[in-house]
Formats: sequence, structure tokens, C-alpha cells
Amino acid sequence: MNAPERSEAFDERDPALPNPLPRPAGEFEALKKAWEAPRGLSFITAVNNTYVGLWYVGTAFLFFILAGILSLIMRVQLATPESDFVGHDLYNQLFTMHGTVMMFLFAVPAVEAASVYLLPNMQAARDLPFPRLSAYAFWAYFVGGLVFFCTIFFGLAPNGGWFMYPPLTGAKYSPADNADWWLLGIGFIEISAIAGAIEIIVGVMKTRAVGMSLDKMPVYSWAMLVFAAMIVIGFPAIILGTLLLEMERAFDWPFFIAERGGDPLLWQHLFWFFGHPEVYIIFLPATGMVSMIVPAMAQTPLVGYRLVVLALVATGFLSFGLWVHHMFATGLPKMSLSFFSAASTAVAVPSGIQVFAWIATIASGRMKLTTPSLFIIGFLFIFTLGGLTGVMVAMAPFDWQAHDSYFVVAHLHYVLIGGMVFPLFAAFYYWVPVASKYALSERVGRWVFGLMFVGVNVTFLPMHITGLIGMPRRVYTYPVGMGWDALNLVSTIGSFMIAAGVALFIVDFARRFRIARDENAGNVWNASTLEWLPNANYNTRSIPIVASRDPLWDQPKLSQDVQDGRYYLPGTATGGRETLVTSPFDARPQYILQVPGPGWQPLLAALFTAAFFLLLTVKMVLLSATCGVLAVFCVIWWLWETDPGPVRPPADIGGGIAVPVYATGSMNHSWWAMIVLMVVTGMVFTCLIFSYLFLWLVNPAAWPPQGTLLPEGFSPFVSCTLYVVGAALIAYASRTLRGEDRRSPRAVPVLIAAALLCVGGAAAMDLWAHWRTGLSPSAHAYGAAVYAIVSLQIFFVLTTLIMGLYTIARWLAGRLDSVRRTTFDNMMLFWFYTTGQGLVALAVVYGFPRLTGGV
Amino acid sequence: MDLKTTRQGLPWRRTVTTRAAAFACALSLAGCSGVQSALDPAGGDALRIYWLTLIMTLGGTLIFLLVTGVLLYAIFAPPERRAWLGGRRTIVVGGLAFPIVVLSGLLPYGLIVMRDTDVPMPGALQVEVIGEQYWWRVKYPEEGGKSEFSTANELIVPVGSPVTVTVTSADVIHSFWIPNLGGKIDMIPGRINRLSFTAERPGIYRGVCAEFCGDQHARMAFDVVALERTAFEAWRAAQEKPAREPDLPFLSRGRALFRAAGCGSCHVVRGTEADGAFGPDLTHVGSRRTIGAGQFPNNIGTLAGWIANTQHIKPGVRMPSYGSFTGEELRSLAAYLESLK
Repeated sequence: MNAPERSEAFDERDPALPNPLPRPAGEFEALKKAWEAPRGLSFITAVNNTYVGLWYVGTAFLFFILAGILSLIMRVQLATPESDFVGHDLYNQLFTMHGTVMMFLFAVPAVEAASVYLLPNMQAARDLPFPRLSAYAFWAYFVGGLVFFCTIFFGLAPNGGWFMYPPLTGAKYSPADNADWWLLGIGFIEISAIAGAIEIIVGVMKTRAVGMSLDKMPVYSWAMLVFAAMIVIGFPAIILGTLLLEMERAFDWPFFIAERGGDPLLWQHLFWFFGHPEVYIIFLPATGMVSMIVPAMAQTPLVGYRLVVLALVATGFLSFGLWVHHMFATGLPKMSLSFFSAASTAVAVPSGIQVFAWIATIASGRMKLTTPSLFIIGFLFIFTLGGLTGVMVAMAPFDWQAHDSYFVVAHLHYVLIGGMVFPLFAAFYYWVPVASKYALSERVGRWVFGLMFVGVNVTFLPMHITGLIGMPRRVYTYPVGMGWDALNLVSTIGSFMIAAGVALFIVDFARRFRIARDENAGNVWNASTLEWLPNANYNTRSIPIVASRDPLWDQPKLSQDVQDGRYYLPGTATGGRETLVTSPFDARPQYILQVPGPGWQPLLAALFTAAFFLLLTVKMVLLSATCGVLAVFCVIWWLWETDPGPVRPPADIGGGIAVPVYATGSMNHSWWAMIVLMVVTGMVFTCLIFSYLFLWLVNPAAWPPQGTLLPEGFSPFVSCTLYVVGAALIAYASRTLRGEDRRSPRAVPVLIAAALLCVGGAAAMDLWAHWRTGLSPSAHAYGAAVYAIVSLQIFFVLTTLIMGLYTIARWLAGRLDSVRRTTFDNMMLFWFYTTGQGLVALAVVYGFPRLTGGV
Repeated sequence: MDLKTTRQGLPWRRTVTTRAAAFACALSLAGCSGVQSALDPAGGDALRIYWLTLIMTLGGTLIFLLVTGVLLYAIFAPPERRAWLGGRRTIVVGGLAFPIVVLSGLLPYGLIVMRDTDVPMPGALQVEVIGEQYWWRVKYPEEGGKSEFSTANELIVPVGSPVTVTVTSADVIHSFWIPNLGGKIDMIPGRINRLSFTAERPGIYRGVCAEFCGDQHARMAFDVVALERTAFEAWRAAQEKPAREPDLPFLSRGRALFRAAGCGSCHVVRGTEADGAFGPDLTHVGSRRTIGAGQFPNNIGTLAGWIANTQHIKPGVRMPSYGSFTGEELRSLAAYLESLK
């Protein structure tokens, strides 16, 4: 152990480990059996993170290659002026697909996929808290993504640029299905990203090694926590945006059509409120990886842990205040430009903190120049340059020149390749020994790095100049004699060097990567964190106690003791799959989570969900609706097996600690997931209200437009009352569902049914009130906005309806009682959310136009 | 209009520093001068942004070298010599204090440049430009007794006088960008934006659409010609007049074909019955330098080629190809258009 001196070593402080040796016969076998993967063809029903994580990473990398090939075609086209290699139509699809696939099908899924694999390992959890949800998210992404990509072979790929600005992408200027593929395909893959984010938040907060308090958590966990929180806040904006644009295209509701009161800029605000954080959503997990790799390579703890964590959180916050810097040329007042200009430069500070933390760590240790190290150094080089050009474009006047030119193309590739692709390759080289029997070749790795590093700079450095001497982005060709020819040719040559590097990586990977289910290559870097413990499908044999940020350095015998089963939960308490849930701040054991095992449900649910969206795109409405119903059915079938209840009394996990195998209320992992989901839905709704108010600002004199009849005052009061009564009935049912007799009161299903009638009546009343006034959703943006709010509310009421009926069914089947009531609790949370949203919606839709002078 | 793009520095402010900057620019960025280059400023705004660019590039390069140097030092220097770097102080100084100091200096400078750039000036020449897929409708509104007229795909401005361009779009979002004269401004349907600039040296510059606007976004450019005041007034007076009557039988035949083929349902030729508002105003099409939104030099050959092969040359534009004309018909039609000086 050549790690530098530590504070006192753990086992000197507390020599008594929770479980004695020898372990009882059969204990280890039972654990292995519980976590055994399905054999034969049904291995695709596997749901645990070691399987799904690898598939997920592999699929994301596949999209990296595919989108990379698209870019090579573009570079060939641009190598010479007035080239005829591909026509304008294909070219416009190519750059749209390159951006879309890289952002939505590679970058976000790749970092999410890596964490599905790594997080449980790093936190010594046996699995993520919702393995079937990860499986669902993966399959939805896999099927949806591949079908979406294939549209390029049929000339059906979207062709409006990856930020899809209307009116170009509206029905009038893009009548074909191409834009719908983007809106429905990507909209639905974002749902998969959100599912992953919920999983990650609950995973980080609730399933850590014992003693791994927040201040001992790996930086990577922090990065993923901030990442997931940013997805939860940021993605709803784009989901709402795609929803509005799709409604405009399908039903002619004019949100973005200026002649009818809409505004194209509304899309830009919604898009970039998501789109700018998106860059940091991609970048932060990569910095988390770097903060893990650098200490291992320098063999010294990270310098400035607290500052780095602070920088991650600060980046997350600041990133939501910068979106307007993508709109500097839209003619906004200079006052707001100044604000966003300042905020955009400010975000350089937390990035600077991280960069210097890594430099300080390198200086305090001894950096071994391995392939991961080389990629890290390359990352620092390229990212620093990209960050500096980022400060340049943050200056609005400079951006007026650089915006939408090749300068920006250069900048964004420096930031994204430097900030994400290089760390990812470092991560591949670094973590492959965890998943594979052999590490990748260090000798080949140097060539991969060299080709990619030189290639990136040869490709993108000249583009800064190409842009400043006038070349706009997204042009399929350019005239001779503009002075752009040589620079473009150099860029094309560079792009093929990158491709050669990636190809070499694939060859090496194919030669050396062999999936290890129990005998991996081991801790080849002498790293300090828990993913380097001996692991298998069940992850670690026992759940360790962690006393520092670098447990493997500070507790030299940890690996052996964990493997011998001397720490917590060395077997299985219920006979099935389990993981230990710990308290969110100081990671004390709370209860044993019974983790669901393999099953067809998530796979089938994902297939049908994908089919629903994809068939809708090609307007096969009936078939699509059938698939939608089947998807809901599969989800219900999948849920039916969850919420197992206390199948046995509290179990001894070692060290005299007995924890229950079931928990309800705010301790429960699904309660946390529900809260996060409510933040997501709340953000969707907030964005919709923002859109309503934004459209009002665009039409201050026509809100509502002349001649619009407002519904009478009594209908909102009826709706309001019904919502409140419904919620009160549910609250009453919850209060009575706490008795000694587990099946009392008998009235629970009746109360739920009555509440359902109330909430359904409230929504129906609301819709009817507007319908009766003759308000048209397509005549003016006002009507469109009102019906959008009403429709969203109806969607939530319908979801509540399904949840309510499901809860009644659970009761009738004897799967719900006063102890086993997680299903009820989750439904209640959602119910209260729907009620709250309904009340706010009523207040806005009925109250606001009266305030603004309607009659 | 036989102006050549001038490639020397700015005549009105040839100080030692601009010369030094131009020299540095010439050394490092071969070919940075040009008709469509932000690095060859021809107006005050573009020059201000150019200086901002130079200063930020220089400062950025220095910071980049510094960070890279520190990184390499941290890796390769002997452990005892780099030990001082390995603490929180490095982070606080390098990652917190240093960027804050630098950015606190840069931001006010950037904001001052922003304040001074794109400022509407009293008495500026008003021009309206409307972006359409994939060309530019240019209107010179009535001003001091001079009547309104329309042209397309070229902007003629007087040297040394402020110009305010009012932009919007007739269909999708476009962006109006003349790199030599200043930044860009988006043309958004339903919104009216303004961009002000002054061309300080006579010459021909090129503007382009910078926001992706569909099939032929790549072929949506326009010429900007900065003329001395008298030349500008002469041009303006000529543009105000209705179209020239054809004075040769060949040209009359062209006009008859123009009428018979229904060209007038999309194009205006003032003084004739052609009054279509859909496409570019052709009253003085012969006076323009280029056709097809900055794509080809304007002459009888290119005009004829354009009419017969529109969809081949620029697939996706609103004008269909008129391939049924005979060669002789095409020539007379093109000659008629070319005669509309």
C-alpha cells in the first residue's frame, strides 16, 4: 500500500466486525442463487445493474459510432466547395441527426448508463432500488433509439436542426413526418432519461454502504446526484416544448404561429431552458468520473473534496440561469443580455475550481502516465480551450459575430468532446477491469489517445477561424473563393484521424473485453473506492462499513473481510434479492429492500411504449392506441408483484442490528421516487404556466382575444369543490387505514371510488365549461394555451383514475392493508399533487383573463 | 458599379496599433480579410467587436498556456518542487480568485462594447429587410420626399452614414449577418428587430443567412455595397423610377414572354402590369450584381440558366423551373430582364 499517510485506520478503531467467521453453510450459496441471472434466451429479462448497465453503455456507444459516421459523411461533403457528394436534403438530415443522436441517444444515455453500472458498485449496494425501472428505461431507449436512427435510411429523418426551431418545424414548412419523428421519438426517450434520473436520486440518497455519510460519498455519486436533479428540473421544459409543438402540428393549436398569437421565441425559451443545462448534464458526470480517476492515477486522495462538491452544486444552480445566451441574436433588450452575459461568465468559476482541484491532486501525488491519465490530460487541454472560447461567446457583442457560425461549432465540440468524450474514454480504460476479465491494452491505448487527441485539434481548431471569416453553420455547401476551402479540408482530415482512433479502440475492445461475472481483472490501478471490491452479480458478498472517502486505502483488510462475509447482510434474509436501505445523510441501516428479479414485464412494457410512440408518428392511430393500452397493462402487471409487504419479522444483518424487511412512509424508497416524480410533473406544469404567461405578454391586448366568452363563475367553484372533497376523502381513508386490524376499515375501496368520481367530475366540469363557451383551441394562442392546461390536467386525472382503480384492486386482492400500504401512500401522494395542480390550473385559467381585462 | 473590395486597413483610423493588429492578424490568420469576414472590419461596430475578439483571443491564449504549463509542471516536476501546488491554496487561487479577477475585468469591457455597438443614430438611413425562403426582400421606405421602392438580395448604403435595418421574416426564422459591418440579428416572424451600423469604407461586402431556414439555407446570401454619398443618391434616384421600356424588338419580345408565362403573378415590374408580390421585385433587376440570392453574377447567361433550371440550381425554392422555353425565347426573356437597369 503506497497510498500516503491516513488518519487513523478503521480497524484499529473498531476491530469488531459485524459478523463472525465461519459463515453458516449454504448462506453464500443462497445469496448466489437469489442473484443468478436467467439462462438461455431469457437472459434478456435480466434486470440487475451488472447486466442492464453493460447493455446500456454498449448501446450508447453504438449511437456514438453511428452519429460519428454521419459526421464523417458531412465532413466529406464539406471537404471541397460546391461538392455534390450528398444533396441538400440528405445533408440537412445528417446534421440534424448527428446533433440529435449525439446529445439524446449518446451523451445523456451514456453517462446515465455508466452510472447504472457503477453507482451500486461504488456505494456497495446490491443493485439500484428500482432495477425493473432501469430495465424499462433501457429497453425503451434501445428500441426507440434504433428505430429513430433508421429513419435516416428512408429519408424520413428530422431535418430542422437539433434544436428544431419552429416555424420551420411547424406543419406549414415541414408537412412531412420527419419532424414528428423527432418530437415523438426524442420526447419519449427523454421520459426514459427521467426514469433513470429518479432511479439515480433514490439510489444515491438511500442505498449506500453503511457509514458512507454524505461527506464520505464518492465525488462521482455527488456528480450523479446533481446530474439527476438537473434532469428532473430541466427535462420537463423540453418535454412540454415537444408536447406543444406536436399538438400544434397534429391539431393546429397555434402556440408558435405568429399570425394567430403564438410566438416562435416561446420554443426557444423552453428549448434552451433545457438545452443549456443539458450541456452541464453531460459534463458533470464526466467530471465526477475524472474526480475518481485522477486520485487513483496519482495515488493520493482528491485535494479539495468539499470545494469540488460545492463546484458541482454551483454549476447545477448556475446552469439554469444562462439559457438566454443561446438567444443573444434574437433581439432581446440589452439589459437582459447583460444579466445573462454575466451569469454565463460566472459559470466559468466552478469549472475553474474543478480543474485546479485536479491539478492540485496531480501535484500532491505521483501521476502514472497510463492511458486513463492520458485521456484525462487530453481532457484538461481540450476542455480548458473550450471553456475559454465559452467565455468569449458569453460576451454578447462577440457572440453577435460568432453565433451560428463555425466558431460556435468549434466551441461546442471542444466543450463536449473535451468535457465528455475524453473523460468517457478515460473511464472505459479505467473501469473495464471491473466488468471484464482483462484490462484493455495500454500499448494500443496510447495510439487511440494520440489519434483522437491530434484528430480533435486538427478538426476543430481551424473551425474557430472558419467561423470568424464568415462561414455559417448548417450549410450543405459553400462557394469557392471565400477563403474557407483549405480550412475545411484540414478539418475533414482531422475528423478521419478521430475515426481511426475510435476504430482502433473498438478493435482493442473486441480483443480484450470479456464479461466477468465473478472473476474480474481486479483492482489493477490500486484504486481506493468500493467498486474495486471483489464483486459479482450480487455485487459484494457483504455490505461494508465505510469510515473514509478512500476506504480501500484506509481499511487494508476490507476486501478480504467483505468477501468473507464479515460485514452486514452476508446472505439473504428473505431468500430473494435484497439491498440494504440506509438513511439519506449518515447512511445508517434502515431496512432491507426486497428487490424485484428478472421478468418480462419491463421489457414488454418498453416495447409497447416504444410501439405506441413510433406508430403514432406514422399516424397508425388505432394500432398505436392498442399498444398504449398494452403498455399500461404490462406496467400494472409489473407493479402487481412489487410492494411485497413484511414477509418476515425484522432480520439480523450482523453486529446485533435487526432491520425490518419492509417500510412505509417517508422512509420508503418508492416514497422518495414519488416525491421526485412530483417535482418532474410540477416542472412540466410550471413550464406550461410559464408558456401561458409568455403568450399573454406577446398578446397583452388580446388576452383573451376580442369576442371570447369566458365561462361563468360557478363552474370553477364546482370543480374546485369536487377536487377538495376528493382529496379529503383520500386523506380520511389514509387516517382510517392505520388501525390495529390490518384489513380495517372495510370502506377504503368505497372511499377511493367516491373520490375518483369527485376528481373525474371536476375535470369533466372544467372541460365542459370551456367547450360550452365555444372557445376554439386553433383560432388563437389563447384558446390553445387554455386547452393545453385543461388537457394536461385531464391527463393527470386519468392517471389518478388508473392508480385509484389499481389501489382498489390491490385491496380486493388482499395485497393492501394498514401495514402493507405503500401502494396506497404513493397513490395518495399523486392524488394530492393532481388536486393541487388542478386548483392552480383553475385559478390561472379562470382568474387570469379576468385580471387582464377579459369579460 | 466597379468597386473592388478594399483589402487595406480602415482608412479613417490608421493608427500604429491598428497596423500592428492587422499585421498580427495577417501573420496568424492567413486569409482573415475578405468580403464576409468578422476579422476584416469595415465599420465601427465590427471594429469594436474585432478588438474584443483580439483581446479575448490573446488573453485566452495566455491563460490556456498558463493552465497547461501548471498542469505539465504538476505532472513532470520533481515531487519536492511541485509539492507547493498540491493543496487547497492552488484551488482557491487558480480556480476561484484568478477567474473572478479576470472575469471582473473582462465583463465590464464586454458590456461597454455591447452598449456602444448597434446603437440607433438619429438621421440614420432606414431600410427594411424581410427574410423569405431563401432570399431577402429589401425595402427603402419613403424618406424626405423620396418615394418608397423595393429591391432584393442587395443592400446599398452610403459610406460614413449610419444605417438602421429593420428586419422581420415572412415565413421561418432567418438571421441577418454582415460580418464586415457588425453582428447578426435574427429575423423572426411576428417580431420586428433592428440592427444599426455604419459602413466606414467603400466596398462590396457579403451578408448571409445565419439561422438554418430550410433546404437552401446554404444559398441565401446578399451583397452589401457601400457607395459614396453622391453615387448612393444616384442609385436611389434610379431605383425610384419605374422600369425601363424595352427599346429593341428583341427586348419587347422578352417582355411579351414575361407576360405570357405569367411571371407577373409572382414578380413586380413597376410600370408594367406585373404586380405579383410573392417573389422579388424585378423593376431594376438588371442593376443588381448577383442573382439567386448572391449565388451567380448577374448576366444574360446566368439569368437564362436560372429561369430554365431553377429547381436544379437551387432545389426547394418557391420558383418552378421554366424548362419549356426555346433557346431563343430564353435569350430574349433574359435580355429583357437584364435590360431592367
